[in-house]
Amino acid sequence: MIYREAGDFKTSYRADGQTFPIRLERWGYYTVLAVAFGIIPFVINDYWANAVLVPFLIYAIAALGLNILTGYAGQVSLGTGGFMAVGAYAVYKLMTSFPGVSILIHILLAGGITAGVGVLFGLPSLRIKGFYLAVATLAAQFFLVWLFNKVPWFYNYSASGQITAPTREILGFAVTGPTTSAPAKYLVCLVLAFLLAWVARNLTRGSIGRKWMAIRDMDIAAEIIGVDPLRAKLSAFAVSSFFIGIAGALLFAVYLGAAEVGEAFGINKSFLVLFMIIIGGLGSIFGSFAGAAFMVLLPVLLKNVLVGNLGWPTDLAAHIELMIVGALIVTFLIVEPHGLARLWRLTKEKLRLWPFPH
Amino acid sequence: MMDQFVFAAEVVLNGLMTGVMYALVALGFVLIFKASGVFNYAQGVLALFAAMTLVSIQNGQVPFAHLINAALGTQIHHFGWTVPAALAIALTALVMVGLAFLIEKLVLQHLVGQEPIILFMATIGLAYFLEGLGDVMWGADIKTLDVGLPQGISDGIEAATAQWFGYGFFIDRLDLWATLIAVVLVAALVAFAQYTKQGRAMRAVADDHQAALSVGISLRFIWVMVWSIAGFVALVAGIMWGTKSGVQFSLSLIALKALPVLMLGGFTSIPGAIVGGLIIGVGEKLFEFTIGPMVGGATETWFAYVLALIFLVFRPQGLFGERIIERV
Repeated sequence: MIYREAGDFKTSYRADGQTFPIRLERWGYYTVLAVAFGIIPFVINDYWANAVLVPFLIYAIAALGLNILTGYAGQVSLGTGGFMAVGAYAVYKLMTSFPGVSILIHILLAGGITAGVGVLFGLPSLRIKGFYLAVATLAAQFFLVWLFNKVPWFYNYSASGQITAPTREILGFAVTGPTTSAPAKYLVCLVLAFLLAWVARNLTRGSIGRKWMAIRDMDIAAEIIGVDPLRAKLSAFAVSSFFIGIAGALLFAVYLGAAEVGEAFGINKSFLVLFMIIIGGLGSIFGSFAGAAFMVLLPVLLKNVLVGNLGWPTDLAAHIELMIVGALIVTFLIVEPHGLARLWRLTKEKLRLWPFPH
Repeated sequence: MMDQFVFAAEVVLNGLMTGVMYALVALGFVLIFKASGVFNYAQGVLALFAAMTLVSIQNGQVPFAHLINAALGTQIHHFGWTVPAALAIALTALVMVGLAFLIEKLVLQHLVGQEPIILFMATIGLAYFLEGLGDVMWGADIKTLDVGLPQGISDGIEAATAQWFGYGFFIDRLDLWATLIAVVLVAALVAFAQYTKQGRAMRAVADDHQAALSVGISLRFIWVMVWSIAGFVALVAGIMWGTKSGVQFSLSLIALKALPVLMLGGFTSIPGAIVGGLIIGVGEKLFEFTIGPMVGGATETWFAYVLALIFLVFRPQGLFGERIIERV
C-alpha cells in the first residue's frame, strides 16, 4: 500500500533521475546504510565477520567488477582469479616495500596495477569475441598464477612460497595482520564496497556505461552510431580489473592474511565470481550484491544443515554443495536468465500494483 | 649436437602422443558444437564421470554408498562381485546414453534459442553438477583404472631405436594404443557422419536447425544421439587418461586443455581437433624442453592458452574453422 510512487512528485530532472526514485525505496536504502555503518560494527563478532560479512563484501566488489565487464560490456572473462591474484600480490609488494604509506593508498594502487594488467589482457578482445574471448582470458588466469608461483620476487623469496600480510593500521586500528579485530576488517571492506558500488552505479548509468551496453548489445551497430570499440572495451577491462584487483587485495590482506596463489586464486575463484553474477543478475549492481550474498551464504547454510544438524561427513556435504550449485546455475539460466535482480524487480512491480493488480 | 637432436625428437614424439589424448577430448567438444552450437564445457567432467562409473562398476561398488551410509547409518560399500571389463564398458556406455537423454530433457530442451554464451554457462553449471554427482555416487578417492590395456615402456621401440640412433626412445605402450584407438574412432566418426542416414541428419542439423526441422528431422533425437556419441567419446578419453594417470579430479582439467586445442583447430572441424591437439601437444612439450628450464619449468599449465591467444589474434576462426562473417 505504501510502496508506490503516487503522490511522490518530482520537480526537477535531478530528482527524476536519481537511483531510488520511490520514497520508500530511498528510505530502505538509507536504513540499510545506517544499519551497516551504525549498528553492525558494534555487534559484530569474529564468526560473523569471517564466515559471512567480510567475504560477502569482498566478493561483492569482485562481482561488481566482473559484472561491469560481462554484464554491462558483454565481454566474458574467466580470468577473475588471475586478476585478483594481481591485486593481492601488488598490495603485498607495496605493503612490504613502502611500510610508511597508508594501506588504503596501497589497496587503491593495487587496483590501478590490476587495471593495467587487465587492459593488457583485454587487448585481444578487439579481435575475438564471445567464448573465444572467454577461453583467451583463461590464458590470463593460468599465466598469472604460474608467474606468481615461479618468480620468487613476487613473494619476497619466502621459503614457503606464501605471501603473508604484515600488520598495518588505519587511524590507529590494525586492519591487516593477525591482531585485526572483526569490526576493523568489516569496516574497511564496507567502506570500499560502498564507495565502489557508488562509483559503479554512476559509471554505468552515465555516458561510458551506455557505450558499454551498446557494445554488449551489438558491437558493429554500436560502432556505426559512433562508439569507439577500442576505448569502450578497454575502459571496461580497466574499470573491471580495478574493482577485481581491489577485491583480490582485500581478500589477501584483510580476510585471508596469508595466501598461496594456486589455492587462493585458482580457476575455481573465477567460476565462483562468474556464478555470483549469473545468479545475482547480469548487468545489475544490486545483482552483484545479491549473487555474492547467495554464494557466500549457501555453503555456510549447507554446512550448518548437513554437517551440523544431520551429522553427515564434511566431504559428502562439499560434494552435495557442488551438485546444488551446479543445479542452481542451470535452473537460474532456464527459469530466469537475469537472476535474483530480476526476481526482486518483479516482486517490486507486484508490490506496487497490490492490492489492485488490474 | 646429435644427442640434443635425438632428445628433441623424442620430446616431439611424446608430444604427438599427448596431443592425441588432447584431441580425443576435443573431439567430443567438436561433435556437440557442430550439431547443436553448444560449447560444452562439461566434456572433461563427462570423461571423468565415465571413467569413475567404469571403475566402480568393475569393482562392484554400490552407487551412493556414502550418502546412504550417512543418511541411514548403514555400512554398505560393495556388492561383492567384480564385473569383466568388456561388460563394464558396455554398462558405462549405457549410463552415458541415459545421461545424454537426461541432459537433453532437463537442460537443453529448455534453453533452445538462447544466446550461445548462456548455453556455455549452463554447461559450466552442468559440469559442477556432474562433478558433485560423480563424487556422491562413487566417492572422491583416487581410483586406479585397468581395463587390460598394455602399459609401460615399449621394449620393441626402445631396442629398435637404440639400434638405429644409438639411443633408445621411451614411448609408453599405452600412448601407442591411444593413438591407434583415436585413429579408429575418428575414421568411424567421419564415416558415420558421411555415409549413414543419422550422420547426414546430424550434419543437416549442424548446418541449419530450422531447415533440418522443416524436412522432418527430429532435433531432439539428433541432440540425444550427439550427446550420446560425445558421452562415448568421453568414455574412451576417460579410459585412456584414467589408465595413464588414475581416475581423479584433475582428469576434468584436461577439458580446459582441450579448449586451446579447439581454438587452434577451429570449433567445427574434426580434422581440426586432431591437428590442433597435435600442435598443442608437441608445442608444449618442446617449449618446456627448450625454454622451460630458463623460466622455472611447469610452463605446460599456460603455454597452450597463450599460444591459442596469440594465434587467435591473427586468425580468429582457427586453422580449419569456418570464416566468421558478421552482419548488422
